[in-house]
Amino acid sequence: MKFRTKAIHLGNERDAQTGAVVPPIHVASTFVQHQAGEWREFDYSRSGNPTRKGLEETLAALEGGCGALAFASGMAATHAATMLLRSGDHILAGSDIYGGTYRLLHKIVNRAGIEVSLAPATDLTAFAQAIRPTTKLIWIESPGNPLMSITDIAAVAQLAQRHDCLLGVDNTFASPVLTRPLELGADIVMHSATKYLGGHSDVLGGALVVKDPELFKQLYFVQNATGGVLGPFDAFLVSRGLKTLAIRMLAQCETAQTLAEWLTNDPRVTRVLYPGLAQHPGHDIARRQMLGGFGAMLTFEVAGDYAQAKRVAESTKLFQLAVSLGAVESLIEQPASMSHASYDAAARAAFGITDGLIRLSIGLEDVEDLQADLDQALQA
Amino acid sequence: MTDPTPGQSPPRLGPSTIAIHSGESRQKLAHSITDPIICASTYTFANTQAVIDYIEQKQQREEYGRYGNPGEDVIEKKLAAIEGGEDAVLYASGMAAIVGLLMTKLSTGDEIIFFDECYHRSREFCVKHLTRYGVVTRQVKACDYEAMAAAITPQTKMLVSESPTNPHLSCVDLEKFVAIAREHQVETLIDATLATPYNLRPIEYGVDYVLHSATKYLGGHNDLLAGVIVGSAEKLDAVRNLRGIMGAINSPHNVYLLQRGLKTFELRMQRHNQNGQALAEFLENHPRVEKVYYPGLKSHSYHAEAVKYMRGFGGLVTFLVKDADWRQTANVVDAVQIPRIAPSLGGVESLIEQPLVMSYYEQKPEDRQRFGIPDNMIRLACGLENTEDLIADLQQALER
Ligand SMILES: Cc1ncc(COP(=O)(O)O)c(C=O)c1O
Ligand SMILES: Cc1ncc(COP(=O)(O)O)c(C=O)c1O
Repeated sequence: MKFRTKAIHLGNERDAQTGAVVPPIHVASTFVQHQAGEWREFDYSRSGNPTRKGLEETLAALEGGCGALAFASGMAATHAATMLLRSGDHILAGSDIYGGTYRLLHKIVNRAGIEVSLAPATDLTAFAQAIRPTTKLIWIESPGNPLMSITDIAAVAQLAQRHDCLLGVDNTFASPVLTRPLELGADIVMHSATKYLGGHSDVLGGALVVKDPELFKQLYFVQNATGGVLGPFDAFLVSRGLKTLAIRMLAQCETAQTLAEWLTNDPRVTRVLYPGLAQHPGHDIARRQMLGGFGAMLTFEVAGDYAQAKRVAESTKLFQLAVSLGAVESLIEQPASMSHASYDAAARAAFGITDGLIRLSIGLEDVEDLQADLDQALQA
Repeated sequence: MTDPTPGQSPPRLGPSTIAIHSGESRQKLAHSITDPIICASTYTFANTQAVIDYIEQKQQREEYGRYGNPGEDVIEKKLAAIEGGEDAVLYASGMAAIVGLLMTKLSTGDEIIFFDECYHRSREFCVKHLTRYGVVTRQVKACDYEAMAAAITPQTKMLVSESPTNPHLSCVDLEKFVAIAREHQVETLIDATLATPYNLRPIEYGVDYVLHSATKYLGGHNDLLAGVIVGSAEKLDAVRNLRGIMGAINSPHNVYLLQRGLKTFELRMQRHNQNGQALAEFLENHPRVEKVYYPGLKSHSYHAEAVKYMRGFGGLVTFLVKDADWRQTANVVDAVQIPRIAPSLGGVESLIEQPLVMSYYEQKPEDRQRFGIPDNMIRLACGLENTEDLIADLQQALER
């Protein structure tokens, strides 16, 4: 079965009792048992819910895993993965991970006596050197944010295997349409389902997908014990979103590629960061690793200062000024004043997040309309 | 979008941009990027003067849930923009929309004429129920324009057709259809459910009312019921009033799902069109298939009209199994693995049915023959699955 067929059918089996072509939304918090001490498949919704389970089956199928767990947000999913570790263990993360993950690792996970360090995952030698004997989990993102850096997931997976630690990949930006980390050797795939999986800016959700049944059991134990599960209404909306995931993602990639090429030739723009451009440092890896497109996130630098970039970001009429990404509506933001404002100026400079950068999340609008909108905004 | 820069006529936007943004305000309640679901059954007034201002139409606002709700206002503007019409009225289902329009426009003694290939419940409503109110309904053979013109009398008020028709997918020559109506000064209604405004835009040819079962492609996920009529604000005013009295309004939760479905409208239609065309071509070349009805096939009787009026030909494909009785045909339906056996169409999941069994089981054989529903007919509503998977599935079912 191909991707679209799986997304529509697996985990969405016909409801046997009513024949409903779309599975019901099971809102029950608890399920009636027939015998004391003999549990049916579902007992209590934190432990398992039919609507959530349907979504988990679809996600496992799309990522090529043995099982998936759906969480209330991407951060709840990442947090659950870190709860596999214990005091004294070390987590090595890529240096361009999502800011919320950075905060989780450095301000929450560290409280349990877990050590955290960052290294650039795009530089395999430096990254390998940062692995410690106590390293239990490696955490990476590709493409990275906001510079769209590309990490060679298969190469990092080999590293992780050699050092006997788990590799977790935040696959939010690529989605399983473009990249399937489990097939490249990763142990855990994490998603902010808030983004492309849901796809309509109307749910918060997260997911972990794994390929090893033993690891699945451990993570299920964590989820059930800590409780950050996805609610049934949101599970329904994510499942509904998955049915158009492939066509959305590929259309959004195509638009992003066109806009990236157009911006590259625009004198008002000094730099375009998009993995689909031949001059992007990660282009060759991306060509191997990403199937059918290079993602729908794109960053560019305007010629001019902080104020000029701010003006551009505030002047669009179709692109809306907001953080987040991955939905049908196109969004625009200035990393220096929005998504990465919590970094001080020196740190921003060190990571290459200049004042002139603008990050776009390309939605599903017609490419001509988006281009016309950017064109007039750049004129601002 | 609702708030273009004043004094500047906005450029004509592409179909996806319209489907995503039209009808919505750029700044919404609480600045949320999506419209909130407002479930209220009633809406409060600050004071008596506010009530009076509303009644005197000094202020446009909601009053009571049966007359409309904010989510529905958004979707009506969006659907009107997608269709290229001035206004739209949303209903709880496609049938409610048909009933709502005909009940508004027709009175005792009036006559309507419709092409006979159509959704069987639309026919049933006209023949069994409108007649009870003394409305005369005349059916003429689909796409027989001379017969339609000949059936017109001074009492005729409206000409009605689907395009493409269900399940034969005959395509109406809209220019001829509208010309007849104009000559006799009667109104026209096209049920374009099977086409959608992505593939067919009847208003551009002068059709007065375009109707959709939004349950189908507009919602697109087999998870809601809705219907809509698009037309001029002036003509729809009375329709909206009667809806408020009859009460077949859509619910706020449903309306949100419809709005969400429309965000991927263009993409979904492109895939439905691709799958429909590919499956029609596959079936036409299969030795077990006697005949395929699909507007995108050169062999289709209405291919010329389809090419003239339509951008794509939709996901619905009807075919006849060669030398098969009803049971052998049912065996093909039962052998299919991916499409599910169910009525309806237009959702992401492919559906399959045998019209004889699903919709005409209780009709007399001679009536079925009159409606053109042979025992060996199968209707396949292609969803959004990968084309290769659907073809492989139909192939194994036919070759079993
Ligand atoms: C790459 C990435 N990972 C994780 C997250 C966190 O997900 P959530 O906001 O669903 O908790 C985000 C979103 O903001 C993200 O962009
Ligand atoms: C062409 C056509 N018109 C109208 C309807 C009625 O719409 P609904 O089922 O939404 O009431 C249907 C479907 O059932 C249909 O196929």
